[in-house]
Amino acid sequence: MTPHENTVIIDKLVKRFGDFVAVDDVSLTVKRGEIFGFLGPNGAGKSTTIRILCALLAPTSGVATVAGYDVAREPEAVKLHIGYMSQKFSLYDDLTVGENIEFFSGIYGVPRDIRDERRAYALRMAGLEEKEQTKTSLLAGGWKQRLALGCAILHQPPVVFLDEPTSGVDPLARRAFWDLINELSHAGHTVFVTTHYMEEAEYCHRVALMYRGRVISLGTPHDLRKQLRSDTLPEPTMEDVFVSMIEREDAALAGGKS
Amino acid sequence: MSGPMIEVRNLTRAFGPVTAVNGISFSVARGEVFGLVGPDGAGKTTTLRMLCGLMDPTSGEMRVAGFDTVTQTEQVKDHIGYMAQKFGLYGDLTVEENMRFYADLFGITGQDCEDLMANLLKMTRMEPFRARPAAKLSGGMKQKLALMCTLLHRPQILFLDEPTNGVDPVSRRDFWAILYQLVKDGLTVMVTTAYLDEAERCDRVALMHQGKFLLMDTPQVLRESLPEVCYELRGDDMRSVRDRLRQLPSVSHVELAGNSVHVFLRAGERETELFAAVPGASFRKVLPSLEDVFISTVRNAGAARDAA
Repeated sequence: MTPHENTVIIDKLVKRFGDFVAVDDVSLTVKRGEIFGFLGPNGAGKSTTIRILCALLAPTSGVATVAGYDVAREPEAVKLHIGYMSQKFSLYDDLTVGENIEFFSGIYGVPRDIRDERRAYALRMAGLEEKEQTKTSLLAGGWKQRLALGCAILHQPPVVFLDEPTSGVDPLARRAFWDLINELSHAGHTVFVTTHYMEEAEYCHRVALMYRGRVISLGTPHDLRKQLRSDTLPEPTMEDVFVSMIEREDAALAGGKS
Repeated sequence: MSGPMIEVRNLTRAFGPVTAVNGISFSVARGEVFGLVGPDGAGKTTTLRMLCGLMDPTSGEMRVAGFDTVTQTEQVKDHIGYMAQKFGLYGDLTVEENMRFYADLFGITGQDCEDLMANLLKMTRMEPFRARPAAKLSGGMKQKLALMCTLLHRPQILFLDEPTNGVDPVSRRDFWAILYQLVKDGLTVMVTTAYLDEAERCDRVALMHQGKFLLMDTPQVLRESLPEVCYELRGDDMRSVRDRLRQLPSVSHVELAGNSVHVFLRAGERETELFAAVPGASFRKVLPSLEDVFISTVRNAGAARDAA
């Protein structure tokens, strides 16, 4: 895959559950190596979109390709080319750090001849070289989170999905985690992150704000804040952006109805 | 009562060899919103639990609403509300039934109970959901319900342990709007959080680390307190810019965030070297975020300890 190629392409994506439109005509592209933030209140359609991108859920209409594979027609190929880490880390607490890595290497079908190398990489990346024999349940939150990320990229996926990865983690561990994400991005992985924390949104190259199934705002954090700048609000935060876009959307909807 | 609503002197709590809270002192005035910020294991929750009379200190003194937390625990409990991280709501019970359950526990009955519930439901705009089972509420609504249950006995001081974890920004702003309204009516609030944007909402913040307060002041003063000067630079390939700037002797540290970097120039250093390192770039002097201050302070404390 060449640099600057789009690794995630979403075109007129729609997902309906009965009468409910969870994803309503969403189109966007994400470049190779980009850290892309996906924001929105609960129920906005973020998780549904991510499930579709991970080929866990078929779209009603529209097209999505991830790492060059169509999520509807080539779901198995998509799954081999993505990494996924959720807020509820999928690690096995009663296995050691090393055993978890071994387990996920198997699941992801990491070829035997590079398993040792990938294991060493994951340990180094997570800063857990000294803790390979430690039971996972004994790790502090920040370490666990880095191990979960290490496990999610053992098979070197071009695209990594992180679902609220730093929920309940303290500021120091959070910043260390973001340093890791920056390294992944630099190595060419595309990183797709959902978060409720607006200071985290600032760490992304671009963010999309999703509401009622639609993308209502898309751009760099800086540009989105700049658009909102006014005499009364000279230094808007990402939270101001988030709240005001949603209020605007609600007002437009209420206006349309009357 | 006059005087501080919370007064803490040399508070220490040890668990065996671990000193979770190590000699902290502070006071909180009536109507103040006081934030306790720090990493996991800093001692925040232990501090709150002692203030609520749920745990005795190893040493030190605490007065809450004028009462001693050790010898007058019951009076303390009558005057405070405590919203724990996992507040006990009954999923099968409706919003209203949960509130009645807590009202019963506090011995609030009759017209008083009806009036109070009506007021709280109105203030939190939860009226339309009073018949909905708690299990079916969104995260933001659950927080509101927990808050209402905590307020039923009209406490003067509210203790909130990481109240908006996992709650979206709109609901979070809503939650804080309610808190501010309560504060205007004289409530005192003490809140713990791991999120610095939340800490910005407090009147005063203490940064807690390994059982001690490293800093305590208003968010604005804290943001101005770093000896380093912070510059922001934005553009493409900020990662290589960061790596280059990190090499400069005049730079203390550099943080990468998306398409921008924050560079911290050591105290007393000139900008010449920094500006020359990225020719043509426009550096903008910015106020560090509370998170920047927190991370620098904790790192410096770590460095000082390692040096000692």
